Amino acid sequence: MKIAVCVSHVPDTASKISVGSDGKTIDPNGVTFIVNPYDEFAIEEALKFKESKGEGEVVVISVGPDANKETLRKALAMGADSGVLLKDDNYRDSMSVAKALAVQIKEMDARLVFFGKQSVDYDNSIVGQLTAELLGYNCISVVVDLKIEGDKITAEREIEGGREVVETSFPVVITTQKGLNEPRYASLKGIMAAKKKTIEEKPAAENINLIEVVQMKKPAAKQPGKIIGTDSSAVPELVRLLKEEAKVI
Amino acid sequence: MEKFKGVDYFNIENLLTEEEILVRNSVREFVEDEIIPIIEKHYSNGTFPLELVPKLGELGVFGLTLPEEYGGAGLNNVSYGLVMQELERGDSGVRSFASVQSGLVMYPIFAFGSEQQKKHWLPKLASGEKIGCFGLTEPDYGSNPGGMVTKAVKTNGGYILNGAKMWITNGTIADIAIVWAKLDGVVKGFLVEKDFEGFSAPEMKGKHSLRASITSELIFQDVFVPEENILPGSGGLKSPLMCLNQARYGIAWGVTGSMMACYETSLNYAKSRVQFSKPIAAYQLTQQKLVYMLTEITKSQLLNFQLAKLKDKNEVKHTHISLAKRNNCEKALEIARISREILGANGILDEYPIMRHSANLESVKTYEGTHEMHTLILGEDITGYAAFE
Repeated sequence: MKIAVCVSHVPDTASKISVGSDGKTIDPNGVTFIVNPYDEFAIEEALKFKESKGEGEVVVISVGPDANKETLRKALAMGADSGVLLKDDNYRDSMSVAKALAVQIKEMDARLVFFGKQSVDYDNSIVGQLTAELLGYNCISVVVDLKIEGDKITAEREIEGGREVVETSFPVVITTQKGLNEPRYASLKGIMAAKKKTIEEKPAAENINLIEVVQMKKPAAKQPGKIIGTDSSAVPELVRLLKEEAKVI
Repeated sequence: MEKFKGVDYFNIENLLTEEEILVRNSVREFVEDEIIPIIEKHYSNGTFPLELVPKLGELGVFGLTLPEEYGGAGLNNVSYGLVMQELERGDSGVRSFASVQSGLVMYPIFAFGSEQQKKHWLPKLASGEKIGCFGLTEPDYGSNPGGMVTKAVKTNGGYILNGAKMWITNGTIADIAIVWAKLDGVVKGFLVEKDFEGFSAPEMKGKHSLRASITSELIFQDVFVPEENILPGSGGLKSPLMCLNQARYGIAWGVTGSMMACYETSLNYAKSRVQFSKPIAAYQLTQQKLVYMLTEITKSQLLNFQLAKLKDKNEVKHTHISLAKRNNCEKALEIARISREILGANGILDEYPIMRHSANLESVKTYEGTHEMHTLILGEDITGYAAFE
């Protein structure tokens, strides 16, 4: 059984981001890229599933430029069996990424597919669901607990203010949330073993962007705060300012 | 707190392979998540974090340069060095544990052991299931190990060992001790197992340094060591010195990690500590200190990298290792002390890692060959005169 894990290569959230000279993309200079943190839960869950079954093949897939191989390599070092890079140096919207992934997943006939619940770069949180829809697969998103017994899949997903338990069957797309598992470290032996594993490269399916990035800009710098007073005598002035200046009450 | 990104002013990362970067990052993550959060408590209690051993084994840091068939990962010396650097950014005591296990226990078994000894011990030491220690130094023989008085005498089916070792990292928790003793006047290595009769390893107490590491005495009173426990390939003082080269190499890299921890802490502190209405980082005296630290870190990184390359090509001389160990330990201790100055009173608190690194480095500067001995080793190499004899 093939298990697919779709991963993205994203700027480290601790990096300082600046907008590129075209005003539409991120300037990658000086930015450290990492495996999307939510995808690490996806990789771990796929590996755990394979280990519990004692069989199966975990294939990690990423859409993007050559640099994404770094993220694929880390997944291989954690224990994934092989990688596929669907190459495209250009911007892709969520739909276009999902399309490329769906073509690949269909071709390799993976009936269990893991995604992180969102990528921390664009934060759209929809690629997993879109891919499931394109493939006609079932989909459970934002999963924090997962049990797979035979053909029965039971998942606990995070919802506003609580948790929901849902059931479904194969084929399925699962998007993973923090709390599902503790991703393992890439062991040094795993890193050496990854050298012998292959990353297949092929062009990503045609770009079908529905969204065009018109402009990218940084949020306005935050204005420094104002201290009006430190005891109750400041309350009337605070109320006046909230009313007249900030106009929030 | 923001995650540690490494100190790399000269883009040394460009010299590393993809696999070396992965190794470093994996160990860095481990140190960040598993070591730094618990180390201050262990340090203050004077306990070694034993719970880390199986985790470090799983990560694969023990004997990582050895072939896979013996539980190693077959990695090169750059990777080995980077692992030591990251571990020591956490704590010198934890790095010492890994140095001893890898360089002073697994290495001699690999280099001087029989096939049966290698097959039996190396995989268990690699996984952390078994812990080892290395007994060379004696109460009266530190810089001059050749004078050792621990003796082995041939007997029926093995040897009888008598003597004592001191300053032995991991001794009390070790399952196996690599003990160096004179057999008919020639230094030989013996594998002494913890339950051998007449062998004890009491812990040495009262340390103000390396408090998160166990230091012990090893005492041998008519200990019978079976024939199969002698290291057949060992012979002469050269054998333990070859082991020390491994460990010293790891120290040269390791202390660069301590330097990075101190520098990073100082830089962040200097930027946020305001005195006379501006951050202390804005004052020339602080900048001078920070620049000095960064310069010394960068120099040590380049020294380490070339040392690794020489070692990988089998072209390294013990004097190369002495130079790097000597320089880097001295600079690391100096940097820790300067960090303490930048942090002022805060520098003595365990909220910051400075005082722990500083106290640790006092030991690291003198163990595995004192600063002075490395000076004389180099002095002899360049002048031809041995000043220590």
